[in-house]
Amino acid sequence: MSTAAPVPAARRPAPKRRAAEPSVLFDAPGPRARRRNALLTVVGSLVILGILAAIVWRLADKDQFAGKLWSPFLKGSTWTKYILPGLGHTLSAALVAAVLALAFGILFGIGRMSDHAWLRVPSAVVIEFFRAIPLLLLMYFVFSGPATISDGLNREPPHVTEFMAVVVGLMLYNGSVLAEIFRAGIQSLPRGQSEAAYALGLRKNAVMRLILVPQAVTVMLPAIISQLVVLLKDTALGYIIGYTELLNYGFKQIPANYGNLLPAAIVIAVIYIGLNMTISAVATWLERRLRHSRKRAAGTVDTTATQLPGGAATGAD
Amino acid sequence: MNWDVLFDFSPFGKESSEVLQAFWATVRLSVMTGVLSLVFGTVLVAMRVSPTPVLRRAGTVYVNIFRNTPLTLILVFTSLGLHDTLGISVSSGISANAYWLAVFGFTAYTSAFVCEALRAGINTVPIGQAEAARAIGLPFAQSLRLVILPQAFRASIAPLGSTLIAMIKNSTVVSVAGYIESAGQMKQMFDDYGATLPIFLGFAAAFMVLTLPAGLLTSYLAKRLAVVR
Amino acid sequence: MRVRTFGVALAGLAAASLAASGCSAKKDDTVDGKKELVVGVKADQPGMGLNTPQGFQGIDIDVANYIAKKLGATKVTFKEAKSANRESFLANGTVDMVVATYSITAERLPKVTFGGPWVVTHQDILVRANDNSITKVQDLKGKKVCQVQGSNSWKRITEDNKVDAKLVPAQGYEDCIVKLKAGTLDAVSTDATILAGYAQREGSSVKLANAPFTDEKYGVGLKKGDTKGCEAVNKAITDMYKDGTAKTLWDKWFGKTNLKFDATQPPAQGCS
Repeated sequence: MSTAAPVPAARRPAPKRRAAEPSVLFDAPGPRARRRNALLTVVGSLVILGILAAIVWRLADKDQFAGKLWSPFLKGSTWTKYILPGLGHTLSAALVAAVLALAFGILFGIGRMSDHAWLRVPSAVVIEFFRAIPLLLLMYFVFSGPATISDGLNREPPHVTEFMAVVVGLMLYNGSVLAEIFRAGIQSLPRGQSEAAYALGLRKNAVMRLILVPQAVTVMLPAIISQLVVLLKDTALGYIIGYTELLNYGFKQIPANYGNLLPAAIVIAVIYIGLNMTISAVATWLERRLRHSRKRAAGTVDTTATQLPGGAATGAD
Repeated sequence: MNWDVLFDFSPFGKESSEVLQAFWATVRLSVMTGVLSLVFGTVLVAMRVSPTPVLRRAGTVYVNIFRNTPLTLILVFTSLGLHDTLGISVSSGISANAYWLAVFGFTAYTSAFVCEALRAGINTVPIGQAEAARAIGLPFAQSLRLVILPQAFRASIAPLGSTLIAMIKNSTVVSVAGYIESAGQMKQMFDDYGATLPIFLGFAAAFMVLTLPAGLLTSYLAKRLAVVR
Repeated sequence: MRVRTFGVALAGLAAASLAASGCSAKKDDTVDGKKELVVGVKADQPGMGLNTPQGFQGIDIDVANYIAKKLGATKVTFKEAKSANRESFLANGTVDMVVATYSITAERLPKVTFGGPWVVTHQDILVRANDNSITKVQDLKGKKVCQVQGSNSWKRITEDNKVDAKLVPAQGYEDCIVKLKAGTLDAVSTDATILAGYAQREGSSVKLANAPFTDEKYGVGLKKGDTKGCEAVNKAITDMYKDGTAKTLWDKWFGKTNLKFDATQPPAQGCS
């Protein structure tokens, strides 16, 4: 954490965020609007309740609320044998992949902005390739490809575990997306930032490391966090290659034991939603905190900002 | 040494009709889902910024649920929940039904992201615009339709573009929902010919044919149509 | 300067990925006499291989335990093997043996050495218990039959037997069972043992039609080239039939269903 140069407060590139949240779009309601509102409220509630009631009624009709389908989730063993280990595997894959993807993103994002074509072009190709192909295909290939290829070349096949395939797939894909996010962040910074830094005699490396990257990370934090939520959700694809994560345990093995596919899907979905909403909440909190501290201590951008990569990584935990 | 694993593209020749069919399925799915989720996403965003608290909250809950659930599970809900449990059936033909169920599940998921992209677009419209619309007496629906949304759509082209690309790629997940498309086809070929580099690269290239132009087009449009302020 | 750090980091990344993908230590060549065996089994297939709160259970598990004991193993651990990764698991040494509803087929022979088969099962049809209209494969004409993604069972009906059934796609057999009970489907068709596992779990709501129409030889998958292990496995299977264990296990897992047991041991494939 260098406190070297007194960096001027960065002009936020997107101060527009404060704009039109709902209240701006409409006046305080008058009598007619209130009546219309009340009507819409009643109609809206009725429609929503109607849909929910229809679902519940049909589910009950098909015996989906039968106690024996739901009671497994009251047993401790369901949680200790399936859901918690699954959650652990999901989180560990997501955490490792998030750290690697952030590193990958920074490396290739910067690489793509290099002055040297031999670095810029390959970085761009790598990023565009992995961004353009579906993660599912990538995971399939990372998992099964090495064995076939080394077999064809008469080599001892490498030991690719499902965990590695999941993590590598997630890293390549999300890392490429993050690289573009970092690049966009750096390009959104005012030119004066790097010019001032060069004027102080910093080298390219120091300008990037001390001035541009920390600010870019701050600016792009919301985008980074939502990409990490995507990453966490995408670990679910691992079940297709047999990685024993939450979806595999919760949605394949629990129903196989108790024959309760739909209840299991509902429980697992609730867990995912809770998990992702927690991350989003942390992200919102972090963003607000950053914006406040930015206002209070305008001169010390780099001290707040350099703490961020770690913050972002723990966000995906 | 068997260099086929690195250079042999012939499986594509042998299975060209299957591969083309699989990609046609991907295109069909993506186009229909794209159109429907644009419509439904707009409805959702209108709900989320509407003056009626119930609708606003319903929109928020919807987006939070569907954005945070893995697509695989949503597809299960539409297949098992909508069709089998609720008995909703779109078409009498079974394969057409599978297609529409996949489209529904996929639309339910993608709309949440479209809604968020549009909301981000609405957030870029300066307050003054909304205030001016109100000042000349436009009610909510008209100020949204005539003033806010036209600007918001133009500001959302780039994020909508990335949603579109993500959607095309996500269509591979649908293969687990009983609708055969390109990911299913690739897995089939991995099983038949082994997981070789050429098969992977071929499918990757085919996806790039779909996603890269989409990306270029939307970023061109985003620049071209940007609201100059 | 920046470029150099970047280059070093890139090299580091490459080295790390190389190390991660580097060659694994060479495994023992044969499972015969190996003290600790890792066996790949299904984890979501009731009756065959199922990960229950009490650990892995099913006829595949019991057979694997029996064979492992005969091979002289003192410790057997089970690992989930999906249809998609059974060959990779054997090839890269994640598991020593696969007993996971693993049919011996011509396409698999170049990649896997098979011991056994330990049983020959047949493709059969599962129907609702009150449905008496389906007793043979031809009865499926016009009926709604489950088509599971990644499984070829439906081809035996519509292509090999030319029966004009309506195929309803599903994600997996668990899905099919839900749809069958809900009435969206009329029949589920795949290996009789798999269907019997579901029938045993579901109790009286579904039944087997007992209309066998193909042969599926369940083998014991070994690493390609392990002929010594393969012969030992074949001997263990012979013992299993001779001492009555095969019958006992069958009754234990499929006793409540109408799946019949064939007391004669299926002829071994020969080890290659």
